[in-house]
Amino acid sequence: MAKNVPEEALALKPESLQQRQVQTRRFETADEARILAACASLLQDIGFSIDETEIKLGVLTASKDRSAQDGKQIAAAVVLMVFLGVQIPIDTSQTMTACVVTRPIGEDRKYYAVRVTFQRVVYDDRGLISKREPLTDPRMYQGFFEKLSKALFLEAHEI
Amino acid sequence: MRSDQDKWQKLMLALFMVLLVAGCATTHDRLLDMDTSQVQLRSIQTRAFDTTDKEKTMRAVIATLQDLDFIIDRADLTLGVLSATKASSMLRVTVTVRPRGDKQLMVRINAQHGLNPVTEPKPYQNFFAALERAMFLEAHQVD
Repeated sequence: MAKNVPEEALALKPESLQQRQVQTRRFETADEARILAACASLLQDIGFSIDETEIKLGVLTASKDRSAQDGKQIAAAVVLMVFLGVQIPIDTSQTMTACVVTRPIGEDRKYYAVRVTFQRVVYDDRGLISKREPLTDPRMYQGFFEKLSKALFLEAHEI
Repeated sequence: MRSDQDKWQKLMLALFMVLLVAGCATTHDRLLDMDTSQVQLRSIQTRAFDTTDKEKTMRAVIATLQDLDFIIDRADLTLGVLSATKASSMLRVTVTVRPRGDKQLMVRINAQHGLNPVTEPKPYQNFFAALERAMFLEAHQVD
């Protein structure tokens, strides 16, 4: 039986702390349900469908399918086809997933930390998976928290 | 004489094919993961924590999984069950949290990587090391 799980699977990486900071904001409210409801409608605003919720644990997962076509990649594929006769697969679709987790800070639960993570799986024109990756661009996270902050009428504090 | 030799050869070939196919795992073996010692695996995948706060424990597990780049697919506090995936490394895990006696909680995680179950101890040790930090509690080995 092939056993190829890497040794460092399930181990924390040095950059995970930094990622956590980019993906987390603190809100001054004791109302966890209100935060999750705001996240649900915010995700709906940007076209996501909710896949899973467990309010007692502060979990909300949503996903959406979108085109993954990239002009540059298509141009490169056409050039290779015309000049070298080589056909390379091009990306066609992707499933983007968002996972929101809320967590009380401190024993008196007056603050909540909200962490959102995005990832995507990309499929090519043969229907095969061409990429699986976490989305790490800090601008996506900033944008998400700006919208959430407006929806909650609360300031989003960095942790 | 000639036909006897033919028959003999055919018989050997058939026997060889049967042995070849018999060496493959059946659906039954794969469904029940017959090729691993379940007692040993359970001890690799399980730790006990000195707390009875199921919600807090599950929230710590969720935070740990998020630190490890997992997306939470399923969560149920009542059942004490969590499932998560990490698309980038083709990992899927399920974590269960249930009481052990009246002073401890038992956390068990099982993982699959691509098409294979994860049976090596190291990845599980890594997970519990990360979880200990999130829980501020020591993970005890369970026999």
